[in-house]
Amino acid sequence: MSQIEIQHLYKSYRNRRHHRRGPNDYDPGEEIPVLEDVNLCVENGEMVCILGPSGCGKSTLLRMVAGFDRQTSGEILIDGQPVTGPTSDNIFVFQQSGLLPWMTVWQNVELGLRRLTDQAEKTERIQEAISLVDLEGAETLYPHQLSGGMKRRAELARALVVNPKILIMDEPFTGLDFFTHLRMREEVVNMHEFIRKTTLIVTHDIDDALLMGDRIVVMSGRPSHVKLEKVLDFPHPRNLAKHPELNSLREEIFFMLGVSDAV
Amino acid sequence: MKRESLWMSTIAFGGLLAFWELSIELGQWDEQVLPSPLEVLKSLWELTENGTLLRHSVASLFRVTAGFYLAVLFGIPLGIFIGRVRKARLLLNPLIQFLRPISPLAWIPLAMLWFGIGDAPAVFLIFLSSFFPLVVSTSVAVSSINPIYFQVAANFDFSRWEVISKIIIPAILPDVITALRISVSVAWLVVVAAEMIAVQSGLGYLILDSRNALRMDYVMVGMIMIGLIGLFLDMMMRRLSYTEASAWARHH
Ligand SMILES: Nc1ncnc2c1ncn2[C@@H]1O[C@H](COP(=O)(O)OP(=O)(O)OP(=O)(O)O)[C@@H](O)[C@H]1O
Ligand SMILES: [Mg+2]
Repeated sequence: MSQIEIQHLYKSYRNRRHHRRGPNDYDPGEEIPVLEDVNLCVENGEMVCILGPSGCGKSTLLRMVAGFDRQTSGEILIDGQPVTGPTSDNIFVFQQSGLLPWMTVWQNVELGLRRLTDQAEKTERIQEAISLVDLEGAETLYPHQLSGGMKRRAELARALVVNPKILIMDEPFTGLDFFTHLRMREEVVNMHEFIRKTTLIVTHDIDDALLMGDRIVVMSGRPSHVKLEKVLDFPHPRNLAKHPELNSLREEIFFMLGVSDAV
Repeated sequence: MKRESLWMSTIAFGGLLAFWELSIELGQWDEQVLPSPLEVLKSLWELTENGTLLRHSVASLFRVTAGFYLAVLFGIPLGIFIGRVRKARLLLNPLIQFLRPISPLAWIPLAMLWFGIGDAPAVFLIFLSSFFPLVVSTSVAVSSINPIYFQVAANFDFSRWEVISKIIIPAILPDVITALRISVSVAWLVVVAAEMIAVQSGLGYLILDSRNALRMDYVMVGMIMIGLIGLFLDMMMRRLSYTEASAWARHH
């Protein structure tokens, strides 16, 4: 049995606009299909990277797996149980920062362990998570005192410290500068090699997906379904130049998304 | 910078005093209409020495404090409730928006009828003056909290109480402190007016009583004291907004 099983998942939103904006627009109050028959299985310890055009429903899919949102129909099973709501078994790392700005890095990371009564163990686990993301020395800083990359890493530490079953990341590298992006990407891969946690990552960057994922999923435009699914059985560290198969897959995906990286 | 602002305010106050003194010298003012600065200073000393000023100031401060605390006690929880519960917002918002623009002073007749004389009607008026603005600013602050924080709370299994204590209260604190600061200054404006009715103490009473006795110097002493205490209250509230708990908000 796979850890996450998504079966015949449909999601639609009600159109809240009061006027049609063109002949092809939806009527006011009409249901707008976002996801249409999405099927996906994620194995224990696997890192799955999801690609797709903007607005196709990637965040919506992740939010439903995390229990923040309900599907219109279909099933999401985690370890065979249907998702009923958010729990600390599946931690969501937000597209914008989800750190609580009135708490220090330490206090933010502590959130997941606040019920732990053993102070010594608590301190040790927090320290461990903070050093895993390389944030030692920043424990007493507030989020507004951190750089963009440090914020993402702090949020990652906060997610890891509770030892969740599943880690859900929505565009974890967007908004970072080029080098920080590469460094974070490498850190996430290293971390994944080390702890082997089931991870769902949505990204806009094809290279991210090709270099990081154990499997890659490409979604179609809205209403969206899984258009391509490929296992990437290449050892890390990966390099596009080293693996011609990755390169041709890259071409294929660019073609599929209707864009070209050649100018 | 700090030095400069000190200099500037000294100049402004000096200018006011000079203008005042000059008007006395040049104009043929009756002392009962416009007492001289020196006259007022002497009266200030007199009222300070015999304890009158302290007694009235304490009485006013007591009423403001009581009314203000009551407003905080009821207004902030109600504001949180309205900000969080859509149905409550739809139900209560029109009512609050309707009551809010009614000046607390318009309530004076009813306040006296309901609460008789003494501290109670004055405290009630102060309460009214702070209550509605606090409810409104708290509920606005609550409903504008970034929804991501509530999702984080759900993700980390926060209890209902933890959502209030760890998310809502810290998130609204900076806005609420600003609202408190404004409320205090409004409450201080209202107390003086409230004390012109139904009570035998307070700075408002001092002014009214001195007017009846045609002692404009005492009236001015009362006004100066009101200004000084108002300044002091605002300084205290401003201090509050520079606490560490609201430091994050200055960067958002
Ligand atoms: N709460 C909502 N109410 C109505 N429509 C919504 C809601 N949330 C999302 N949508 C719509 O669903 C579609 C998918 O949104 P979603 O945020 O999942 O896209 P996405 O693939 O994550 O896009 P991006 O790559 O830009 O982040 C969009 O067209 C959006 O307008
Ligand atoms: Mg998205």
